[in-house]
Amino acid sequence: MTTDVTPHDGTPLIEVSGLRKTYRTGTGEVVAVEDLSFSLPVGGALGLVGESGSGKTTTARMLLGLERPDAGRIMVRGTPLAETVRGRAARLARAKAVQMVFQDPYLSLDGRLSIGATLDGVLRLHGVRDPAARSARIGELLAQVGLGPREAATRPRGLSGGQRQRAAIARALAVEPALLVLDEAVSALDVSVQAQVLNLLADIRRDTGIGLIFVSHDLAVVRYLCDEALVLHRGRTVEHRPVGDLLTAPADPYTRLLLASIPRPGWDPEHIARQRRELPAPAAAGGVVPSE
Amino acid sequence: MSAVTLDSAAAPPRRDPLRRLRRLGGSWLVNTCLVILAVFLVVALAAPWLAPQDPRFGALSETFADPGAAHWLGTDQGGHDTFSALIEGTRTSLFGPLAVVVFATVAGIAVGLFSAWRGGWVDAAIGRVLDILFAFPALLLAILAVALFGKGLTAPVLAMAVAYLPYTARLVRGLAAAEKSRPYIAAYRVQGHSPVFVSVRGLLPNITPTVLAQATVNFGYALLDLAALSFLGLGVQPPTPDWGSMINQGQSAVLQERPLSAIVPALAIVLVVVAFNVVGEHLADRVAGRDA
Repeated sequence: MTTDVTPHDGTPLIEVSGLRKTYRTGTGEVVAVEDLSFSLPVGGALGLVGESGSGKTTTARMLLGLERPDAGRIMVRGTPLAETVRGRAARLARAKAVQMVFQDPYLSLDGRLSIGATLDGVLRLHGVRDPAARSARIGELLAQVGLGPREAATRPRGLSGGQRQRAAIARALAVEPALLVLDEAVSALDVSVQAQVLNLLADIRRDTGIGLIFVSHDLAVVRYLCDEALVLHRGRTVEHRPVGDLLTAPADPYTRLLLASIPRPGWDPEHIARQRRELPAPAAAGGVVPSE
Repeated sequence: MSAVTLDSAAAPPRRDPLRRLRRLGGSWLVNTCLVILAVFLVVALAAPWLAPQDPRFGALSETFADPGAAHWLGTDQGGHDTFSALIEGTRTSLFGPLAVVVFATVAGIAVGLFSAWRGGWVDAAIGRVLDILFAFPALLLAILAVALFGKGLTAPVLAMAVAYLPYTARLVRGLAAAEKSRPYIAAYRVQGHSPVFVSVRGLLPNITPTVLAQATVNFGYALLDLAALSFLGLGVQPPTPDWGSMINQGQSAVLQERPLSAIVPALAIVLVVVAFNVVGEHLADRVAGRDA
C-alpha cells in the first residue's frame, strides 16, 4: 500500500485547535465539544476516550467533514481542512486526507453491493480507470485485511461482523488516506474478533505508517493500539498524555473514574455510581491538561 | 500478506434474468393477480391485432345485439362490438394511469430526494407546498384541467400526475431522511462521492422497493380516477374505446336490460384495480419483511 504520508519534516499529520461544536435542542443549546486542541505526528495513534455523550463521535465527524465546527481549525499535513468542499477535486483531496471506519459493521456497508463491487466503486472514483488494475488492487486490499475472493463476491449480509469490519477497513484503505479515524470500530464485535481486528489495525499501522485516531470508551483497547490518549468529559479535554502514563497514574478524577469503571473481581458498581455523582464539572476540575 | 488473485470481485455476479420475476411471486392469490396483470398487459400491447372488429365503427342495424358468433359480448347502443371495444379500451385504460404513475413517481422521487438531502428551510418549504397539493383531490384537479385545456387524455393525465406527486414525494422524503442518517451513506460521503451520486446511486436503490410498492397501489387509484373522468364524459372521448366511457355509453343498455356492454368494462376495472392492490400490498409486505 502506498499511503500518502508526509515525510518526517516536523509537520504534524493532523493539528486541531480550538474546536467547538454546539447543538440546538428544544430546551436550549448543548455543547458537544468545547475548545478541543491536539496534534498527531505522522504515523501516530491517538485514542479519544470518554463515555457516551462526551463528544468523541462529534469530534470524529468534524474531522471527516460530516459535521461543521462552530469554531476552531483542523489542519492536515499543514493544510487547513475546508469546512465545505465544492467540486470533485476538493472532495477527493479531503477523502485522501481522512477516512473512517464506523462503529456498526452491519450498517456501514451498502447491503446491495458485494464487497468487491464496493471496493471497485471506491477505486474507480479515485482514478483507477483500468479494470485489471482495479481487480488486482481489490485483491491486495482484501489480502491486507485477511479476506479473499469468496468474500469479494459476497454481499455484507453473507459475512460475519468481523468480516464486515475488515471489509470496511479495506474500503477505507482503498482511498489511501493519511489518517484513519476509527469510531468505536471494535465495540460491536465479540472479544475474540475484537482482538483479531486490533491486531490487523496494528499491522496496518506498522506496514503503512498511516495515522490512527481511535475513538473508544474502552481504555484497554486504546492501550493496545495508541501512543497517546485524550480523555473527553462533557466535550472538554480533561487529560491528554501518553497512554501508559494515563493508565498507570491518571491525573484527573474523571480518568480515575473511567479506569475504576472497568469490571473486575470485587468491582462495586454502587461505589462507581457514587463517585460519578461527586465528580466536578470539567471546567471546575481544572480543564485541559496538555501533553506537551 | 500476499495478494490473492481476483477475477470476479470487481463486477457484481451475473444474475439469472428470470430470478427476480420468480422472486416476485408469492401466494396463489398474488400469483393469480400477477397472471391477470400480465394478460391485460399483453392485450394492451397487441390490441389492434387481437380485436376482431374495429370498435370505432358501429352498425345501427346491430344495436344492442345479443352475444353470439358475430359479437362475442354483444353490442352497445351504437352497434359497436363490446368485445373489441374492451380489448382496444385496455390501451387507454392502462396507459393513461401508467403515464400518471410514471410521471408522479419520477417527479416525486426527485422532489422527495432533494427535500430530504437539503433539509432545513428548503425541506420545510417543500413540505408546505406538498401540503397545499394534498388539499386538492386528484379528480377535482383533473376536472379543472379539462375545463382549462379541453377534453381528452393529456390534460387529465398531467393534472392527476401533479395530484399524485405529493404521495410519492412525501414517502420518498421520509424514507430518504431516515436512510440518510445510516452509516453507509456517511461512508459514501467520506469516500468523496458527490451529493448527486450518493442520493441517486447510493440512497435511491435502497428505497426503490418501497417506492415501487406505492407506485403499484397508485396505479389502481389512477385507473379508477381516469375511468371516473371518462364516465363523466370528460376524459377519453368516443369513438376512442375506453373502459370508463364504455360504462357511460352502457347506461342506456342497462335500461334496455342488456347490461353486458356496461358490466364487462366495469368488471375489467375491478379486476385490474384489485390485482394491482394485491400485488402492491404484497410488495409492501415483502419490503417490510426485508427491513424487519
